[in-house]
Amino acid sequence: MQGPGEHVKINIGPSHPAMHGTLRVIAETDGETIINADPEIGYLHRGVEKLGEHLTFHQFIPITDRLNYCSAIANNIAYEMAVEKLMGIEVPEKAQLIRVIMKELARISDHIVCVGILGVDLGAFTPFFYLFIQREEIYEIFEWYNGARLTNTFGRIGGVEADLPEDFFERWDELKPNLFKAIDETDKLLTHNRIWMDRTIGTTAFSPEDALNWGFTGPCLRACGVKRDLRKDEPYLLYDKFEFDVPVGKHGDVFDRYMVRMIEMHESIKIIDQALKLYKEMPKDAPLMANVPKILKAPEGEVYHAIESPNGELGFYIKGDGSDKPYRIKIRPPCYMVYQAFPELVKGEMIADLIACLSSLNIIAGELDR
Amino acid sequence: MSLKQQIEACLGSDLVAISEFRGDIVAEVPKNRVVNCLKALRDDPELKMDFLSDVIGVDNKALYEKPKKKAKKKAEAEEEPEDDGAKKAELPPRFEVIYLLLSLENNRRMMVKVRVPEEDLVVPTVTTIWKAATWPEREVYDMFGIRFKGHPDLRRLLMWEDFGAHPLRKDYPLEGRGEERHLIYED
Repeated sequence: MQGPGEHVKINIGPSHPAMHGTLRVIAETDGETIINADPEIGYLHRGVEKLGEHLTFHQFIPITDRLNYCSAIANNIAYEMAVEKLMGIEVPEKAQLIRVIMKELARISDHIVCVGILGVDLGAFTPFFYLFIQREEIYEIFEWYNGARLTNTFGRIGGVEADLPEDFFERWDELKPNLFKAIDETDKLLTHNRIWMDRTIGTTAFSPEDALNWGFTGPCLRACGVKRDLRKDEPYLLYDKFEFDVPVGKHGDVFDRYMVRMIEMHESIKIIDQALKLYKEMPKDAPLMANVPKILKAPEGEVYHAIESPNGELGFYIKGDGSDKPYRIKIRPPCYMVYQAFPELVKGEMIADLIACLSSLNIIAGELDR
Repeated sequence: MSLKQQIEACLGSDLVAISEFRGDIVAEVPKNRVVNCLKALRDDPELKMDFLSDVIGVDNKALYEKPKKKAKKKAEAEEEPEDDGAKKAELPPRFEVIYLLLSLENNRRMMVKVRVPEEDLVVPTVTTIWKAATWPEREVYDMFGIRFKGHPDLRRLLMWEDFGAHPLRKDYPLEGRGEERHLIYED
């Protein structure tokens, strides 16, 4: 029993429908206000980095699927590019284009999950269905490309395994209007909805200085008003050839994070359109793989390569020791940095806002715990 | 001036070694000077390495032992175990802590490396400069047993509190040692 004026500790998770997998927060509350929140992680820790030291470079690609399982393709590409940097492999242009197309599709599907679930957590169930039908269509495209829906194991070190299927363009033309429609309907249902605005505007706002100090990247940082996108700032693949905008918010609250993701979906569609246009101009028999030896042996040395994954800066640090296995792999997952600021974010907010904040940050336990 | 020269000019006598591999620059600094060095890199008007991306721990045990085995095969049993102790003393420190820095304005990256010997597993914390180091330092402690002096909350991060080992060390087996977590419920 708690006496008058004492704080109550509430345990949320690790197995709780609103906790996105296996996250646990021990919240100290005064009435409904959160005084302190202590996130405990590691419930999904599978020792991915240790596993990597015992697998060859190619064998590790399927493991990267299991990091951010909402956009496995982005993880695959991030890892492959880091290994390519370590080995000094130049990827053919056509393979890079296919990577861009698939990665942006993955970004859309990741944002769909985040926005959809954010709605569900705040009590708006309908947009979830509108969006998830289209997400299913995107997964159909993935499945049709290489047979897997969620854990794609996309690409190989040095390129991609297969060309886009011939009727990809028709599929995309079919999907695009539906995607626009779904995003638009979600926008109409949520953005100017009185309840939605009351719940999200001003909730867990964060200043840009704090965000940078805590190591925020991706949509969460952009929502705070910092224009930073690795696709623009440190162009990789062929991103410097495409025209797209980087949306930024102002207050860094749940609403801004939601808006940034909504606009980014539109921008991703723009990029895919431009990439497909470039793709059409390419000769049909252009190479898809660089010259990669059958047994990859890394030189001695260490590299770090980061890409803009749907959640932010996803980086791989790889150290090679001359053998066919990486000596050390360190993954820099974007939501790990964001989630460590969680106590700071929710201090003084209501318990219900803690759930809203968690969904808007898009914390994926798979990449958080590795 | 190239980035390498700028770093050399900024760190001055604190710089132990600097190397470049595939465009990634690694600057090595002494362990007890790391906070000053990172502050200097952050405040340098040209470098402006003002963003900490990650803190990485590396165990070099297997790396140092590998060439030794090769040499043994070559030299067979000519002059064996006696100078083993001498060789060990020559080895560089076992652990490394690497700080990944980024300049938001110039979009340039670099790594700062600190070597940590097995006998003295303490590194000053950089959470005083960037709060972003809070969890990465906890993880390095969890996985390698390197303690960060001055860290506000140095608990294990991914493994549970009474887990007896540091699993990313090279002498820890991949399959684990059969540790089990027993939950104790307090009243």
